[in-house]
Amino acid sequence: MFRIEPRKEPSTLMLYATPLIAVALTILSGFVLFTLLGKDPVRATLLIFYKPLTSFYSLSELIVKATPLILIGAGLALCFRANIWNIGAEGQFTMGAVAGGAMALFLFEVEGFWVLPSIWIAGALGGMLWAAIPALLRNRFNANEILTSLMLVYVASLLLSVLVHGLLRDPQGQNFPESRLFHDAALMPILLPGTRAHVGFAVALLAVLLTWALMRWHVIGFQIKVAGQAPRAARFAGFSGKKIVWFTFLVSGGLAGLAGVFEATGPVGQLVPALPVGYGFTAIIVAFLGRLHPVGILLAGLLLALTYIGGEGAQIAMSLPAATIQVFQGMLLFYLLATDIFVNYRFRPAPMKTAPPSTPASPTAQ
Amino acid sequence: MEKTSEYLLELKGLTKTFPGVVASDNVSFQVGHGEIHALLGENGAGKSTLVKMIYGVLQPDGGVMHLHGETYAPANPSAARAHGLGMVFQHFLLFDALTVIENIELGIAPELAKGDLRSRIVEVSEFYGLKLDPDRLVGELSVGQRQRVEIVRCLLQNPRLIIMDEPTSVLTPQEVEVLFRTLRQLASEGCSILYISHKLEEIRALCHKATVLRGGKVVAACTPAEESAKSLAEMMIGDVLVPAKRTETMIGAERLRVDKVSLPSTHQFGVSLKDVSLSVRGGEILGIAGVAGNGQEELMEFLIGERLTRRADAIVIGGVEAGRKGPDARRALGLCPVPEERLGHAAVPGMSLVENTILSARVRKQLAGSGIIDYARTREFMQEIISGFDVRTAGMDHAARSLSGGNLQKFIMGREILQAPSVLIACQPTWGVDAGAAAAIHNALIDLTKNGAAIVVISQDLDELMAISDRIAVIANGALSDPEPVAEVTIESIGRKMGGPSSVEHADVPH
Amino acid sequence: MDLVANILIGVIIAATPLVFAAIGELVVEKSGVLNLGVEGMMIIGAIAAFATTIETGSILGGIVAAIICGALMALLFAFLTQTLLANQVATGLALTLFGLGLAALIGQGYSGKSAPPFPKLHIPGLSDLPVVGPLLFGHDFLVYLSFALGIGVAWFLNRTRAGLIVRAIGENHDAAHAIGYPVVLIRYATIMFGGACAAVGGAYLSIVQTPLWVENMTAGRGWIALALVVFATWLPGRLYLGAYLFGGITIVQLHSQALGLKVEPQLLAMLPYLATIVVLVIISADRTRARLNAPASLGQTFFASH
Repeated sequence: MFRIEPRKEPSTLMLYATPLIAVALTILSGFVLFTLLGKDPVRATLLIFYKPLTSFYSLSELIVKATPLILIGAGLALCFRANIWNIGAEGQFTMGAVAGGAMALFLFEVEGFWVLPSIWIAGALGGMLWAAIPALLRNRFNANEILTSLMLVYVASLLLSVLVHGLLRDPQGQNFPESRLFHDAALMPILLPGTRAHVGFAVALLAVLLTWALMRWHVIGFQIKVAGQAPRAARFAGFSGKKIVWFTFLVSGGLAGLAGVFEATGPVGQLVPALPVGYGFTAIIVAFLGRLHPVGILLAGLLLALTYIGGEGAQIAMSLPAATIQVFQGMLLFYLLATDIFVNYRFRPAPMKTAPPSTPASPTAQ
Repeated sequence: MEKTSEYLLELKGLTKTFPGVVASDNVSFQVGHGEIHALLGENGAGKSTLVKMIYGVLQPDGGVMHLHGETYAPANPSAARAHGLGMVFQHFLLFDALTVIENIELGIAPELAKGDLRSRIVEVSEFYGLKLDPDRLVGELSVGQRQRVEIVRCLLQNPRLIIMDEPTSVLTPQEVEVLFRTLRQLASEGCSILYISHKLEEIRALCHKATVLRGGKVVAACTPAEESAKSLAEMMIGDVLVPAKRTETMIGAERLRVDKVSLPSTHQFGVSLKDVSLSVRGGEILGIAGVAGNGQEELMEFLIGERLTRRADAIVIGGVEAGRKGPDARRALGLCPVPEERLGHAAVPGMSLVENTILSARVRKQLAGSGIIDYARTREFMQEIISGFDVRTAGMDHAARSLSGGNLQKFIMGREILQAPSVLIACQPTWGVDAGAAAAIHNALIDLTKNGAAIVVISQDLDELMAISDRIAVIANGALSDPEPVAEVTIESIGRKMGGPSSVEHADVPH
Repeated sequence: MDLVANILIGVIIAATPLVFAAIGELVVEKSGVLNLGVEGMMIIGAIAAFATTIETGSILGGIVAAIICGALMALLFAFLTQTLLANQVATGLALTLFGLGLAALIGQGYSGKSAPPFPKLHIPGLSDLPVVGPLLFGHDFLVYLSFALGIGVAWFLNRTRAGLIVRAIGENHDAAHAIGYPVVLIRYATIMFGGACAAVGGAYLSIVQTPLWVENMTAGRGWIALALVVFATWLPGRLYLGAYLFGGITIVQLHSQALGLKVEPQLLAMLPYLATIVVLVIISADRTRARLNAPASLGQTFFASH
């Protein structure tokens, strides 16, 4: 038996090693899962984790998928650092797509350098607006932001559905629930010719850089860290908890909104009910796997994107069920949380005479 | 079997080692039947470790214990209880949201909880003069009343030995008298008591025998009645200490005024501030006495600026109305606070000392003027604190929680004092600190008054307040008494006010 | 009259999964643990019950399978949060993400199949009474179980020593540990009970309410159950009020056409989610009342230092 002992200081080695250990354990568990599903585990693992790295096109697709994950993850990390649980990024993503998409449709066939920025700003504002609701409800009414932000995910997705069934439906679309295709001036400029990788990735890198600088050098980042670790100390220091809630929600909502509009005006090219595919939830895993650190999130975003691309490949090549990747992602988060203990605690061999505490109900009592 | 051995409890060579420290080093002593035995020592002398081993919370690495002459090695607290031991912890093991009767039921063996527990509680509490209302929520009780719940819970198990860990630190002097009567009554009935304290006068008044601990070792055994407080202090500290002395300072202009502040409590079991007024002048130390949980925390939140008032003139700092200004603005006006809770309030446990320096020195030391943190400047100021206040740390990048309690308190006091505040408000400035460090902190406070600062010290330690204050006020149930010059008050007169009219009511009128 | 009875029966059927999930979570939270994985345990319960019922033909077997699988999911949560001291919020989220994925994986072969009809209570005479008959004496046994469960939980928490210990642990786990109660062990038990209850709630969805397997069929009900516990301020009685309120809202949605409402179906589908937000706001706005019965150590990691 082992005894768990708290470390005086978190272990830096373990902080960086545990995400790698978690990934390794997930791959190992994948072997078991594939075998249970009757698939060749080696082939499946290679298809998911290696194959996408071998061609230029799939590498560019990696960037396409990683863009929303990194954008959202970078914002969520700010929230989670402040111990604020915005888990409704999926809804903010959807509303960003709706608002940005609506702007693109409003400006249909309009040309001009300002078209693109207007669409992006609309998208960011859409996400911020959606994130402002749980922020307001928490600050004003003390309502739990986990539940309110999550409920708004469902509302956003239904709202998108209403709109593409009605107001934003393609007039020439034979009643299909989808908007018309955005015109060229509204679409994301392509980063690499011949691929779908768009400038959104550059924006995501910028977001990583800015959030890193904020957390490292700015007093706002310091406030976020203090508020997350010791709320009373934050009050003592004169930091307003409410302002931190507003700031983190608005920034993360804005980034999720951007991710949404990038997705709509990028790879998708129109508004469709199936636009939200779970990036907002996967980004939670990205944020944790990246240790809530912007650079970590960049790497984690790329890794999770890899599982998406690889998963799709395996789905086609080996008819692997689509849900396998979701299970993979869930396992990854589990392993990360499980190995987290090595960061703050150490294991020592237990002394022999430690007996478990018994209740006063023990027969020896009185 | 009861009287087969001369002693009830006998410790022989008890040793316990933690990584890097021998908390208990070959400790031996005996407790007789019906004896009140003092375990005397400073913070960190090893008293807690020792009683935890006796009560089965910790297991010794070496040595043996005998109870009634038989080998005694409790694996856990319930085994200790089964052997007739009871313990009243310094930090009560109580549940605020549960009633007195539920709390007692939880702490005793299920067989004892059967039948008419309520009437037995009333019976025992009345017999020992510890009145209790079984149906009240524990969270609504005063600290003294909570202690009674602990004691009654203990007594219901008919213990042979009761361990009391610093029981008087949360009581008024009058409540202490009541407690002592109860303890003497118990001893006369043959129950032994192991009494842990660092208060010398108490031990002289109450205890039959004393064992003095220092650095985990037994350094003396004596009969306290035959010793003086001074000789006991020398045994405990191992040195003759010169206590901090007030010298006459120039009393200057008013630095801080609080005007008729009433603030409802925000917590379910909190205390509301009732019409609190005070005024402190430069060069003066105002002491605020009171039993824990009488509004000190709420007063501190108000003074820091964590809770604002509608009225701007509710608090005036250096002539500027600050009722609607937050902690930052108040610091800019010269008010630096030191809250009671070190880890989690005055410092962030997981953050480095550098970051903890930014926490409260940001404004006055301009460590993040433009929003960008100036780490070089922060390190410089931190170095000043570490050398100025003799903070022992392995390095400034270490987390605050890795410091010992005394060192952390020195760091926090240093951080505020070196900002040269015009008003310093310190809550429990020497709580849990050894005598040497306490004297250093007191001297630093006194030096600050020489530079014209006004100081408010909120403390439960009356001796401390009597030693360093110019005037003393008492906070009881959220109301603050008029301050009186320290020369005109006695421990008794302060003690009566600490009880407060309402708390006496609560204590003695069963519902 | 028939319409009224049908609507009321519909309310009961819609509310029962919420009752199961929320009652379980209430016990978990009373012991001081916040398990946000209710949605994940529910969906696992739904697929476990559905698949087992299809494969074995036994509805009872389906429910037992749900209980086992729900408890196993909860065990995973308990191991991570109680033994490995992982953050409860993050672990709960992981449980939900994992559960939804795993259920989808298992369920891919079961789409489009339908479960055998669930037997309903029939007491000759009583069940045939107009209105009252089907309303009081015509339900399946899980509905009655959901009531018995609430009464049982209320009795357990307030009238038994074990319930007192659970509440004490939720209130102050350090004190409970120091007195000598096995905090971690008891929390393992409450967490697994909560998982079993959530799974039965999910099973009710897939084998009684629909009765079909549809991916993501819980559609946020696990989260609504979490909100219900807050709404109920941790009192079992009020939890029923909340669950039936939500059942009513769901039924308005289903019967909107019959009621002559001309609203987009998606807007009606938003109702339960919006209602959850409204209810949370109303109950949380009064801080003192909201916290009155809240377990003081809810969501905090417990580490026994010795």
